[in-house]
Amino acid sequence: MLRTRKVLAACAGLLLAVLAAGCGKDGSPPVKGPKAGALPVYKVDTSFSLPDSKTWTQAKKRGYLRVGAKEDQPYLGEKDPATGIYSGFDIEIARMMAASLGFDPKTIRFKTIASANRETALQNGQIDYYVGTYTINDMRKKLVGFAGPYYMAGQGLLVRTDEDDIHGPQDLAGKTVCSAAGSTPYQRIAADYPKAKLVAYDTYSICVDNLLTYQVDVVTTDDAILLGFAAKAPEEMKVVGKPFSEEPYGIGVPRSDNALRFALNDALEANEKNGNWKKAFEATLGLSGVPAPKPPPIDNYPAT
Amino acid sequence: MDVLTDNFSLYGKGFLGTVELTFYASILAMVLGFVMAAFRVAPVGSLRVIGTVWVTVLRNTPLTLLFFAVLLGLPRFGLVLPFNVFAILALGCYTSAFICEVLRSGINTVPTGQGEAARSLGMTFGQTLGNVVLPQAFRSVIPPVGSTLIALAKNSAIAGAFSVTELLGTYKTLNELGYNIIWTFVWIAVGYLIITLTISAIFNVLEKRWGVAR
Amino acid sequence: MTAHSTPSATVLYDIPGPQTRKRHFIYGIASTILILALVGWVIYLLFDTDQFTSDKWTPFEYKGIQELLLRGLGNTLKAFAYAAVLSLALGAVLAVGRLSDHRPVRWVATILVEFFRAMPVLVMIFFIFVALKVQPLPALVAGLTLYNGSVLAEVFRAGINSVERGQGEAASALGMRKTQVTTFVLAPQAVRAMLPTIISQLVVALKDTSLGYLITYEEFLHAGKLIASNLDYDLPFIPVVMVISPIYIGMCMLLSWFATWVAKRQRRNPKTEATSVGPAQPGTLMSEAR
Repeated sequence: MLRTRKVLAACAGLLLAVLAAGCGKDGSPPVKGPKAGALPVYKVDTSFSLPDSKTWTQAKKRGYLRVGAKEDQPYLGEKDPATGIYSGFDIEIARMMAASLGFDPKTIRFKTIASANRETALQNGQIDYYVGTYTINDMRKKLVGFAGPYYMAGQGLLVRTDEDDIHGPQDLAGKTVCSAAGSTPYQRIAADYPKAKLVAYDTYSICVDNLLTYQVDVVTTDDAILLGFAAKAPEEMKVVGKPFSEEPYGIGVPRSDNALRFALNDALEANEKNGNWKKAFEATLGLSGVPAPKPPPIDNYPAT
Repeated sequence: MDVLTDNFSLYGKGFLGTVELTFYASILAMVLGFVMAAFRVAPVGSLRVIGTVWVTVLRNTPLTLLFFAVLLGLPRFGLVLPFNVFAILALGCYTSAFICEVLRSGINTVPTGQGEAARSLGMTFGQTLGNVVLPQAFRSVIPPVGSTLIALAKNSAIAGAFSVTELLGTYKTLNELGYNIIWTFVWIAVGYLIITLTISAIFNVLEKRWGVAR
Repeated sequence: MTAHSTPSATVLYDIPGPQTRKRHFIYGIASTILILALVGWVIYLLFDTDQFTSDKWTPFEYKGIQELLLRGLGNTLKAFAYAAVLSLALGAVLAVGRLSDHRPVRWVATILVEFFRAMPVLVMIFFIFVALKVQPLPALVAGLTLYNGSVLAEVFRAGINSVERGQGEAASALGMRKTQVTTFVLAPQAVRAMLPTIISQLVVALKDTSLGYLITYEEFLHAGKLIASNLDYDLPFIPVVMVISPIYIGMCMLLSWFATWVAKRQRRNPKTEATSVGPAQPGTLMSEAR
């Protein structure tokens, strides 16, 4: 018994040490890759009103918007573990949408939602809208509504810099390919390139980790996500080949809330015209060296 | 009902994944558990310490944490193995701590007098162990080993969340394909029941054959 | 079976003589060297794979990271507290059901207990989370409650059945009704006797709160993963495991040790004379089955 007690004492001591260390440094640990540029400031449309939208009226009563996002995609949707602040292109889209809906972007409460739970979160009202590499497709349209698209991504391949054999999806036979469970890119590889060995994780950064530790040979998903990662460690990873799909990114909204969807479409159009969209891209994904593309045309499909 | 018939191969793959995981992890757990139990009753102090530390630490480790450490941590050591091997390693080591305790208490149920009698008849250590102690201990550990292995089969579900092909993981694909989620889970539940009931049946037979009347 | 330096006679071997002791001493030295070599090799590997670089450890110096971890720990303890209280309540209800005089009640309780014990707890949690579209925390707590409540129901029932028959008979002879016999005579003794086993089961609940990580509940392990999977910090998986596991294991060991302490105390307690105190087995998987 004496031994157990000693071990316990040691553990308790360690716990105390950790707690005692509670007086740590402020701010966040140093960040790799290029610093996010000067972010555009969005003008809050204070006179905006949308009484037809249940989501909007409830948010107005609450005083802030709840937005679902990703937390592990550098320069797209990333949460700083130390400060809890979200940043990236998707986050900028969410902010400019909030400003157009009459909410101060600073008041948005972001919530991390994993890919597999996005529909659920929108259906049971955990979030007001979702901005996080959310590809518009017909099956999802049965479950949720989509504003946008606000960006046209395409599936690409991320490999280690010392990899010379992979130039496109046709070279994937026999290679171990990593992607996120349940995602569109995962299913495409499974259907079109069945010779590739597929591995799935909940988050891409674990895929990237496995790529760096030689657990997998390729990480595949939308090129926007891959560019963000490649920019973090350009001497270790590169994006190869041309995108081999079209992934229109949309803003997920509750399916029944057509009024909110139309309002977001209008807001997107306005922000693309006044240059906010371009500025937001340049300050985030543009840091990887890619010039801002032309935003895709908005699909204002009729009320369902 | 369609969920099962339409996706029989998917379910079958997951089911076999769980069976495979359970089978290999069981073997690893029994072997490691036996070694650790031997350590814990050994006359050498340092071996007893290893056994005790192994059991105490693993029994108090959340299995999810162990999976996290093994599947995501070990590759950082440069140790690269397929995911299901990692999963078998994690499950097997975890369960070995429980098997060890079952075996040890099994040995402890054999009265000291049995060993003393055997030794006074001039039996060697090997004879005492092989002919007197272990046969008696074996009988009393059949039921608890059975329930530990059932627990192992149930715990194997965690592996699915770490991208190992197994039964629970099939829900993700079926959900994305748009099948009724309730029925999806009903068949997953049936799959697990088949596995646990089979283990329990095997151990019932074993106990009838060799078990002690209690 | 504690690790005394001089082993007493066991069923396996007699008290060793001087020569055997010398031999054992040599074995001991040899195995100690072997272990130290193994530990040394692991430490070498840690250094060799750059696990102690400042890139990987500096994040822990920051207040924000510490707060993130503490918040995660708090969420773990919160889930544990809910799950513990609710499973004790559910366990009591189901145990009463299984001991009921009415056959339908007994059947329903038995079916519930057997079903929830036979299902992997993670399958239940995922079912509640995915199929019933419940938020992470309630889904986790509900899953843990159903499983641990069912196991505890069996523990309670075993405890009540283990009280000497004379106790219940004497109380009935005094004219007490069945409810009174159970609440005033059997239950208090049963709970005392089963307290170690109950606490051991709570260790299982505490360990299983980490399953919340898999359904995106922001608990301790989730906080760890957020730090570990950040490329900016050089993916410090091993440092995170080294920080998190002592705390997790320490908490569980503390609770396990408490169970053992209670067991020892209760065995000496005259109030548990009429029953036998259950064992404190940290992390009883479901070994109490059958």
